[in-house]
Amino acid sequence: MAKKLVSFTLNGRAHDGAAADNTLLLDYLREGLGLTGTKTACDGGECGACTVLVNGEPRLSCLTLVGQVAGKDVETIESQAKGGKLSPVQEGFHLKLGAQCGGCTPGYIMAAEGLLRGNQSPTVGEIRSAMGANICRCTGYVKIIDAVQHAAAVMRGEEPADYPDVPAAQG
Amino acid sequence: MNEQVKPIDVADAKAVKSVGEYVPMVDGPEKVSGRAKYAADIMEADALEAAILRSPWAHAELIEVDTSEAEAMPGVRAVATGADTDETHGVLPIARTEHPLARERVRYKGEPIAAVAADDLATAKAALKKIKIKVKELPAYFTCRDAKKEDAVRLHEHKEGNLERDVFFELGDVDQSFKDADAVIEETFHASETCQAQMEMHSALVEYDPLRDRLTCWCSTQVPYYVHLMLSKVLKMDQGKIRVVKPFVAGGFGCRTEALNVEMIAALLARKAGGRVRLLVTREETFITHRGRPETDIRIKMGMKKDGTITGIEFENDQRGGAHSGYGIVTILYAGSMLYAIYDLQNVKYIGRRVLTNTPPCGAFRGHGTVNTRFAFESTLDMLAEQLGLDPIEVRRKNFLEAPTFTQNDLMVNSYGLPECIDWVEQASGWHEKRKNKPDPGPGKKKGYGFACSHYISGASKPVNWTGEPHATVNLKLDWDGAITVLTGAAEIGQGSSTLCAQITADVLGLPIERVRVISADSQITPKDNGSYSSRVTFYVGNATLNAATNLRHMLVEAAATLLEANPEDVEVLGEFYRAGSQDKGVPYQEVVMEALKDTGTITAKGIYNTIPESWGGKKYRGAAIGGTMGFSYAAQVVEVTVDETTGQVDVDNVWVAHDCGKALNRLTVEGQIEGSVWMGMGQALSEETSYYNGLMVANNLLDYRVPTIQDSPPIHTHIVESNDPHGPYGAKEAGEGSMSGFIPAVANAIHDAVGLRFKDTPITPDKVFRAMEKAARFGKKG
Repeated sequence: MAKKLVSFTLNGRAHDGAAADNTLLLDYLREGLGLTGTKTACDGGECGACTVLVNGEPRLSCLTLVGQVAGKDVETIESQAKGGKLSPVQEGFHLKLGAQCGGCTPGYIMAAEGLLRGNQSPTVGEIRSAMGANICRCTGYVKIIDAVQHAAAVMRGEEPADYPDVPAAQG
Repeated sequence: MNEQVKPIDVADAKAVKSVGEYVPMVDGPEKVSGRAKYAADIMEADALEAAILRSPWAHAELIEVDTSEAEAMPGVRAVATGADTDETHGVLPIARTEHPLARERVRYKGEPIAAVAADDLATAKAALKKIKIKVKELPAYFTCRDAKKEDAVRLHEHKEGNLERDVFFELGDVDQSFKDADAVIEETFHASETCQAQMEMHSALVEYDPLRDRLTCWCSTQVPYYVHLMLSKVLKMDQGKIRVVKPFVAGGFGCRTEALNVEMIAALLARKAGGRVRLLVTREETFITHRGRPETDIRIKMGMKKDGTITGIEFENDQRGGAHSGYGIVTILYAGSMLYAIYDLQNVKYIGRRVLTNTPPCGAFRGHGTVNTRFAFESTLDMLAEQLGLDPIEVRRKNFLEAPTFTQNDLMVNSYGLPECIDWVEQASGWHEKRKNKPDPGPGKKKGYGFACSHYISGASKPVNWTGEPHATVNLKLDWDGAITVLTGAAEIGQGSSTLCAQITADVLGLPIERVRVISADSQITPKDNGSYSSRVTFYVGNATLNAATNLRHMLVEAAATLLEANPEDVEVLGEFYRAGSQDKGVPYQEVVMEALKDTGTITAKGIYNTIPESWGGKKYRGAAIGGTMGFSYAAQVVEVTVDETTGQVDVDNVWVAHDCGKALNRLTVEGQIEGSVWMGMGQALSEETSYYNGLMVANNLLDYRVPTIQDSPPIHTHIVESNDPHGPYGAKEAGEGSMSGFIPAVANAIHDAVGLRFKDTPITPDKVFRAMEKAARFGKKG
């Protein structure tokens, strides 16, 4: 299939490229540009691992054609750490063990970023709702909720909850 | 220079503690920033893309595989079939029946027949369509019952009755034990087949260097060493010419505890093409070749005295193993041996049959062999408790082991934190109060509380490939820069093994963890390791790391003693400073390192670990070594549910779980493992199951295979019990599997508590609950 020129903003930079009409944004990012931070974990639309932000909204890049993002602002996991610092969401996932194997993590971080930009004080119910389309197979989701709450606290300028005190040695 | 790493004065120096704390993973920053490279992320511009042609037949003789048209297609660089290797692969040396590409026969829908490497994926897929296959179909068996029939065609000629293995043992006098009981219950249970559904789909990049006849494989595996071994076998290549690299791996849960045909097929193609081949399989392909937990039919008979003492147990089960052995023999042996080592049992009869069927081969899924056994066991305990009017928790207490001990089947138990686990969940959940005065969840809904216990091994004491080498080997490299590199073959797959190695090393030397880096795993660099399975890494690799770090510490203390003109026994290790006596000015770590390197240069400190013969299990029946381990983890949990009587929906509201991991080396990752285990148990208990249409796995995606979402998942209240195992590193045992199996009976017991119905068939889906409630309402029959 013949390729067409396409322009959009990618991770804050102007991007000009060429893609066939049926090229998925996921494949374009990973296979075309080598931005492999965005993950593939299913055959399309089942797991949320490939979530990116399009104009600030979480989108499944495996169900998005490159042509659909023409003129738009696309953000991937690679753009989230800035100035040598992890973003609050990345920091939350790292410190609170929201990431174990890491296979779902970029998708969760982008979904959480999308949530927290609009709502820095989400309830647990709102967090669950915003993450409902993402599957994690390691954490049981407990520490993913912790991670998002940590990020929300940092974004609100508060001191996030520390680890619990380690109890004195037993026996 | 980093101030944190270099205290200015000896007075500020102190040994940093890394073990026993909350330590974020050392490879976390890569995972959260997208920089972590998994096998599918390794891009080589010249790599060919590969695709596999899979059998659409459940059982057929292969008469002819004609690839000539495919080979002639432009852009096709290599085509491989069963003709390319007559070697088989598999886990146990006695059960290697599988060819990477089928020869003579296909035995399940999805089994690879041929593969193509081409310039791009579209060409490879188009070429698959040009391959012509002639077959003679054979009768196919999708259930144990059909496969076991006398006139059934054998899937493997040497396996009579399609029995991969039948196991029988009786220890004690079971018939007498039932006569001695005040109540005896006999029940049947059924557990559906489940899949690991790990996030990363299998993938491999293989590079073949024709000039040197060398091969490098980057792949998503839990067992780089087994991959290495099997690549050498099926390629008939000198093992010294093969290199296996494990990049980041996203989960496994047992799905890749054996070398998979994915790596072998990519390697066959790469050698044929004389270059690089990348093979990514789809989610569908991962599901239809799943290596999950077998469908299991169970008959259990248990006797109990009025006071709750278990008098004896008879346990019979059939496991639908699929078309090849895989870990099958081990699974059917675990299902029997792991009846023991949690309670004191003196009369046990076990009958196990591992059946070969025309479905995808099963494997070693988290909680290997123990999960369905525990479901039936703990459910039956509750039924007996109810019949005798006893509290379910008291019944467990009545049957405790007393450690240290050996079980009747010779399993070594040195530490036993189950009593503390039970105490905590009983208290934290408010068990007695809540069971008596249940909260009202609203109209048409009922609350229930259920309890169960579980356990798991900390690695098999005797590895499958017994070679006489130490069970684990770790090398530490220390060079002039002062950085310590841990070289380990232990496969970090997300469970935190690399972090654990870094922590132990840093802790022994009192250094900040930032001083330590971990390489896992590359056969060209790292020592051989059996891999990440059966929860062996914390105990065995942890001990080897402890041994290596202690050896390194000795070397540094010797060097410091020379510098300080003191006796080594007087040298105090303060991490970044070494000194002899509190008045001593001390010498900084870096100077000690340079002194240690004098004359010898770069230091390699080696650590090994060997299991002790007492832990190797018994000889009372064939296969009794399976179950032998250096230490058992224990867990107890209380599950709170709300059952909707109009829809049959079961919501899990809360879980209280306590897990005895001996000692939490890393509280953060231990909690994460316990939560993940409980939750995975919930998946099998309530929603996950495979499903077939004429042998084709149709729940082959993450929508039809129903993994619980965040919306379905409860808060999990986790408590760590530390029983300090005498042999574990710092007292540690496993943390990643033992809490899984308890959830399933606990939720079944909770549903029974809520609505009075006993479910003996997983998953306990809303339609099953709804039908049972409807039946109960119509006929007044309660299960």
